[in-house]
Amino acid sequence: MNDQAQLLPGTLDLLILRAVSLGPLHGYGILLRIGQISGNALLIEQGALYPGLFRLVRQGLLKARWGTSENNRRAKFYELTAAGRRRLREETDSWNRLAAAIASALSQQPEET
Amino acid sequence: MKLVDSLRLRIATLFQRSEMNAEIEEELRSHIQHRADDLERSGLVRAEAERRARIEFGGHEKFKEECYEALGGTFIETLVQDACFSLRVLRKSPGFAIVAILTLALAIGANAVVFAVLNALILRPLNVPRAESLFGISRWSDKSPYQSYPDYLDLRDHNRSFDGLAACNISQAGLDTGDNPARVWLYEVSGNYFDALGIQPYLGRFFHASDEHGPNSAPYIVLTYAYWHAHFQDDRGVVGRTVRLNKHPFAILGVAPPEFRGTLLFFSPDFFVPIVNHEQVGGADDLNARGTHWIFMVMGHLKAGVTPAQAITDLTSIGSYLEKTYPQDDGQMSFSLARPSLAGDFGGRPIRAFVAGLTLLAGLILLAACANLGSLFAARAADRSREVALRLALGAGRVRILRQLFTEAILISLIGGAVGLWGSVVLLRGLSVWQPFPEFPINLAVSPDASVYGVALLLALASGFLFGAVPVRQIVQTNPYGVIKSGSTGTGGRRMTARDLLLVVQIAICAVLVASSMVAVRGLARSLHSSFGFEPRNVMLVDTDLSMAGYSSDKVPAMQRRMSDAMQTIPGVASVGLVDSPPLHMGWTTSIVFTDETTDLRPANAAATTIRFEVSPDYFRAAGTALLSGRTFTGHDDKDAPRVAVINQEFARKVLGSATNAVGRYFKRQDGTRLQVVGIVEGGKYTANLAEDPQPAMFLPILQSPSSETWMVVRSNRDPQQLAAAIKSRLRGLDAGLPSFIQTWNEAMNGALFGPRVATMSLGVLGVMGAMLSITGIFGMAAYSVSKRMRELGIRMALGAQRKEVLHAALGRPLKLLAFGSATGLLLGILASRVLAFIVYQATPRDPLVLAGVVLAMALLGLLATWIPAQRVLSIEPLILLREE
Repeated sequence: MNDQAQLLPGTLDLLILRAVSLGPLHGYGILLRIGQISGNALLIEQGALYPGLFRLVRQGLLKARWGTSENNRRAKFYELTAAGRRRLREETDSWNRLAAAIASALSQQPEET
Repeated sequence: MKLVDSLRLRIATLFQRSEMNAEIEEELRSHIQHRADDLERSGLVRAEAERRARIEFGGHEKFKEECYEALGGTFIETLVQDACFSLRVLRKSPGFAIVAILTLALAIGANAVVFAVLNALILRPLNVPRAESLFGISRWSDKSPYQSYPDYLDLRDHNRSFDGLAACNISQAGLDTGDNPARVWLYEVSGNYFDALGIQPYLGRFFHASDEHGPNSAPYIVLTYAYWHAHFQDDRGVVGRTVRLNKHPFAILGVAPPEFRGTLLFFSPDFFVPIVNHEQVGGADDLNARGTHWIFMVMGHLKAGVTPAQAITDLTSIGSYLEKTYPQDDGQMSFSLARPSLAGDFGGRPIRAFVAGLTLLAGLILLAACANLGSLFAARAADRSREVALRLALGAGRVRILRQLFTEAILISLIGGAVGLWGSVVLLRGLSVWQPFPEFPINLAVSPDASVYGVALLLALASGFLFGAVPVRQIVQTNPYGVIKSGSTGTGGRRMTARDLLLVVQIAICAVLVASSMVAVRGLARSLHSSFGFEPRNVMLVDTDLSMAGYSSDKVPAMQRRMSDAMQTIPGVASVGLVDSPPLHMGWTTSIVFTDETTDLRPANAAATTIRFEVSPDYFRAAGTALLSGRTFTGHDDKDAPRVAVINQEFARKVLGSATNAVGRYFKRQDGTRLQVVGIVEGGKYTANLAEDPQPAMFLPILQSPSSETWMVVRSNRDPQQLAAAIKSRLRGLDAGLPSFIQTWNEAMNGALFGPRVATMSLGVLGVMGAMLSITGIFGMAAYSVSKRMRELGIRMALGAQRKEVLHAALGRPLKLLAFGSATGLLLGILASRVLAFIVYQATPRDPLVLAGVVLAMALLGLLATWIPAQRVLSIEPLILLREE
C-alpha cells in the first residue's frame, strides 16, 4: 500500500483519457487498465473514478454507451471523442514538458546552480 | 449562448433527476459487481466478495452526489434545498427572523423612498425630447433665473448657441368657463415654447412664434392633460371653445400630452398662455420694462456640437452689450447654465444638497442595519457552531455550509427588501398625490419606477452579502472535533472581537442619526419661536386679485376701499389691512433704492435691494407690526400727497446710516421719485425663508402705488370657519365674479415652514429608525452575551456573587460598547455639522441641549435594550441551571 503514489490533482483525467485511448472500456475496466499501464504504482480510490468520468463526458471529451461486458453484465462503455483525442495529445505534451523540467530541476547538483 | 445552454442543461437535469440517479446507481452497482466477480475468482465466496467490493469502492452516496454534481445538475437544486432549509431554520427562531426582516425592511424601505426622490428630482431628466441638451439660463451673480422681457428677446434673437430660446413664467389668473369663476395657475410662455422644447399636441394644436403680433395679440390657451381630464372630463370638443380669463376672451387651442407637466418638476400648471398677453393675464404691462426681471425661466436646447461653456461665452457677450447699452436697467449680465427642472441653481442647489444629505443618512441607516444583522448572524453562527461542527464531521464541505448560510442571509435580505419596498411604494404613492399647499399646484411625481425596484433589489442583495459575510471566518475556522468535544463554551476572551467593533460602528452611526434628528427638531423649534415681525395668530388672510374680475386703474382703489369697509362691518373684526403680498409667503417684490444724494441711478449705484410692500394705513395694526418711531400711513397719503414710506430698522441702517434720526429723511427709487420716511417699524421675516438674515424692507401706501393684487389682513378673535364664511358672503355681495382664497395666516405660512418641516420630518424619521436599530443591536448583543454565559453566571451566583456583580459581568461589556459608540457618534455628529447645516436651518450640534439630549437618548435606549437580558440574568436560579447543563 505504502509504495503507491498519491495522484496529483488533475492527473486522474489525463490517466482516464490515456486508458480509454487504447479502446472502449467500462469504468471498472478503466481502473484495471490504469493499474496495468502504471504498473500498479498509483493509488486511486475506486469510487473517485466516476465523478471524473461524468465530468469528461460533460466536457465532450468522452462519449458513453451501455453495452454488455466480458462478464456478461450490463456496463457503460466509454470511448474518446475527437476532442478527447486532441485533449489527450495536448495534455500529454504539456505533462511531459512539466515532468522533464521538474526532473531536470531536481537532478541539478547544488554546486552547479 | 453558453450561458443559455448550461442553464437549459441545468433545468433539464432538475427534471430528470430520478432518471439520472437511477443511471448513476446502475453504473456504480455494475462496477461493484465486476470487482466482486474478480474477487470471487480469487477465491472468496460471493457474499464476502460483494462486501469487500463495496468497502473498496468507498463512500457510495458521496460519489453518487459528486457524479450528479459533475453533470451540473445540482445548482438550482442546492439552491432550493438551501432555501427550504433556511426557511425551516428561520421558522424555528421567529424572533430572530422578524427582527432581522423588519430591520432590513426599514432600512431598504427608507433607501427606496430616498432613491425615488433622488431619481425624481435629480437623476431623471425632464420629460421632453433631447432633455440632455436642454438648459435654463441663470444670472451668474445671484443664480437667479429671472429675466426681463426685452432682455429675453435680445438673448433669443442674438445668440448663436441655442436652437431656440423659450421663456416661461408662472402666473395666476381667474378662469371663467361659464359658471363658476376659479383661480388657476398657468405658465405664460413665449410663442416658440412648445416648438423649442419639441413637444407635440395631444389634441388640437399649439400656438407658435408666428401667432405673436405684439401685446395681447394671442388670446390662446393650451390645456395640460391633467386639467383637461379633471375639469373638462376629457371632452374632445373643448378645442375651439372660448373661455374668459381675467374677463378677457381666450380660445382653447389644444391639449398638451399627458407626460408633459411643464418645465418645472414640482410646479405643474393648469394651462399655458402666450406671454405676449401678459397684460391681460398678469395684470401689469411689463413687456417693455427692461429693468423688471419677472420672467421666471428662459431655456432652450443647445445646438448640436455647442458646449455649455461656449454657450455661456456667447450669452455673456450679449449681456455685456446690454450692460453698456442700458446701464439704467441692466446690472451685471453674465450668465450660467443649469437644468431648468428645478429652476436652475436657484432651487436646484438647496434641493440637491438636501437630497444628497438624505441619501447619505439613508445609506448610513442601511449600513447600520447591515452591521446590526452582521453581528446577529455572527452570534447565531456561534450558537450553531455545534450544528456546523456536526455537519463538518459528517463530511459536509465548508463551501456547502457557507453557501447555506449565505442563502439564509440573502433570503432574509430579499424578504426584508420586499417588505421594505412594499412599504415604500405605499408611501411614494401617497407622496405623489400629496399637495403640501392647498393654494399652489406644487406636487412631486415620485411614483416608483423600474429603477427604484432595481435599486431596492440591488441593495437587498448587497446587504445580504455584506452581513452574510460577517460569520464566514468563524465557519472557516471551525474545528469540528474541538467543538463537539468541549461543547459550545464560546470564547471568554476580553479582546475586542469583530462583533464588538460592528456594534460600536452601528451605535456610532445611530448616534449620528439621533443627533441629526434632534438638531433638526431644535432648528424647527427655534425658527418657530423667532420673531416674524408680525403676529399671525387670530388673522385671516383673504387673497384676491382684482384684475381677475376685470378691475383696472382707478377702479382698483375704490373697490379695495369697499372691500375693506365691508370686512369692518363683520361683527368681531378688530382691524382690516391691505397688502399686495403678505410677508413670509411665496412671492415677494424687491426694489433697488438709492440715497437721496445719488444722481446717477444705475443699478450698480444702488444703496440697497429692499423688499417692498404696498399697504393700507391699517395694515400695521391688523398685522401686529410694532411701530418704533414716527407714524404709519393715513388716508391722506394718497396719490396727490407727497410720497412717503415706512421702513424697517435694517433699511434705515443700510440706506440712511442709522435708525435714530431716520424719520423725516429722504431716499430715492430707481425712477427718481423722492420718498420721505415717516415711520420706522420692527424688523421681521419677509421672504419664504425663516432662516433669512435681517433684510431691509419698505412699506409704501397702497394709494400711492396701487396694486390689483390684494390680500386683506383681517384680525378677529372669532372662530376662523365662521369668520371665513362671513368674509365670503360679504365678498359675494360686493362682486360675485371675484375669485378669492381665504385661509388663516398660520396656514398661509406653511410655505415658509415647508422646508424646515420636511427636513425635520425626514430627519426625525431617520432618527427614530436609528434609535430602533441601536435598540435591536444592543439587545441582540446583550441577549447573546447573557445566553452564552448563563452557566458561568450560574456558577458565580452559586459561589456567592451579588446580583450587582453578576449584572455587571453580564451586561458591562454591551454597555461599555454603547458608551463608546455613542461618544464616537456624537463626535462624528459634531464634525458633520456642515452636512447638517445643508439640511436644517440653524443647525448646530454644539447646542448643549442637543448634546444632552443625545446622551440621554442613547442612555435610555441602552437601558431599554438591556432590560430583558438583565431580567433574565436576575432570574437565574443557579441550582436549576447547573443541574440542566
